[in-house]
Formats: sequence, C-alpha cells, structure tokens
Amino acid sequence: MENASYVFAAFAIVWAVLFGYVLLLFNRQRRLRQEINSLKEMLKEKGTEQRPAHH
Amino acid sequence: MRRNVLFWLSLVLMMAALYLVFVYVPTEKEMGIVQRIFYLMVPVGWLSLLSFLIIFIASIFYLTKREIKWDNLGYSAAEVGIVFTTLTLVVGSIWAKPVWGVWWTWEPRLTSTLVLWLIYLAYFIVRAFATEESRGATFAAVVGIIGFIDIPIVALATTLWRGMHPAPIIFKGGLAPPMLFTLLVSLTAFTVFYFLLLRQRVSLREAEVEIKRLKKLGD
Repeated sequence: MENASYVFAAFAIVWAVLFGYVLLLFNRQRRLRQEINSLKEMLKEKGTEQRPAHH
Repeated sequence: MRRNVLFWLSLVLMMAALYLVFVYVPTEKEMGIVQRIFYLMVPVGWLSLLSFLIIFIASIFYLTKREIKWDNLGYSAAEVGIVFTTLTLVVGSIWAKPVWGVWWTWEPRLTSTLVLWLIYLAYFIVRAFATEESRGATFAAVVGIIGFIDIPIVALATTLWRGMHPAPIIFKGGLAPPMLFTLLVSLTAFTVFYFLLLRQRVSLREAEVEIKRLKKLGD
C-alpha cells in the first residue's frame, strides 16, 4: 500500500465514522422527539401530573 | 441559535484544516506524506482524553449532587469519547504500519490507549448489568472516577517509558511554524466539532430519560 493511500485511508475512515455517528444522532433525536410528543398527548388525556426527574 | 453557530464554525474550521493539511503544510522530510496523519492523530487522541476528563468531572458531581443532568453529561461524554478513542486506535494503527512496519505493538502509548478504550467499555457494561438505573449510574460514575487514573498514564507514556511512539515535540518547539499552525487549526476544528457532537448527544440523552419518566407516569 503506497504511503499516500495510508493518509487517504486514515482521513476517509475518520470522516466516515464521524459522519455516520452524526447521522445516527440526528435520526434518533427526531424519533425521540416524536415519541415524547405522543407520550405527552397521551398523558394530557389521562390528566397525569408532571414531576421533575431526580434519582 | 447557538447550535447553528457551533455547526457553521465547525464546518468552516474543518474546511480550513483540510486545506492546510493537504495544500498548505510542507511535507515532512523523514516520514514524507504519511506524516500528514499527524494532523488527524493528535486531535482524535486529544479528544479521547478530553472526553474522559468530562466523564471524571461529571461523575464526581453526580455522586455528590445526585442530579440526573450530571449522569446525562457523563454518559454522553462516554459515548462520544469511545468513538474518538476507537478512531485513535484505528488511525494510530494505520500510521504505524508504514512507519514501524507493524499494525500494532505492545508499547506504552498504544497499550495505555487500549486500556482507556476498555475503561470506556466498562463504563457502559456496569450500567447494562445494574438492576436499577440509579445503581447503574452510580457504578458508572465510580468507573469514571477510578478510570481517570489512565489519563495521565496515556499522556505521559512517551515521557515515562521508552517505546516506539515518539516523545512529544510540540511543546519543545520541535514543529516548524506552518506545521504548528496547521496542527492548531486542526485541533481547534476537531474540538469545536466534538462539543457540537457532545451537545447533541446530551440533548438526545435528556430526551431518552424524559421518555422513560413519561412512560413510568403513564403506567
């Protein structure tokens, strides 16, 4: 493998992994926001009181 | 608004870093073109250590204050951190092959970085095997505090022990000005990008925790 190929491989792998991770985060964020909204609607219908989260 | 600023700043800095690495900076005499991996290696390595520092601080705050926001920060930093530590090992391996002739060697810097990766893994494993969320968060915080011992070992490995990995030259004026400038821009670009990722991950984690809370209320 030529030395330039090692440079290309290193940069390509880093960018591919980081780009993939960013996509993963954004997709999950969108799905979770939808889930939160539908849960809040369901709880409103049930008339449940909301408390702040604490361990 | 701030997330957009961070995004655009990160994008501009990354473009600048790529230009500097592939167009501006001169080729190093001894290693040749493969030395350009240095401008990638140092940032990902730095961020793997920074992430654990954040875990360490968040873990201390979580154990003392017991507020979920600290556990959310620790968890998020661990996830982003394991990504960068994995990249550190992979990029390091890719650089090692043409320079040392091997993909891997059990020398101090590489070995201690692998140990760091395992500690990151342990942070998630102790959570997975805990019977309750709060207990898992506590165990993870303990791992986050004890595991921090490896950070100075990784950072000082090339100074304390003789291995194949070169000793640091950045702070000893061993880099020519164009190379130092390129490194600093690359470091800044990746660090800004890291905080963009971390911010996004914390937001996601908060949403996950909120969903669990709402589901419990609904039951």
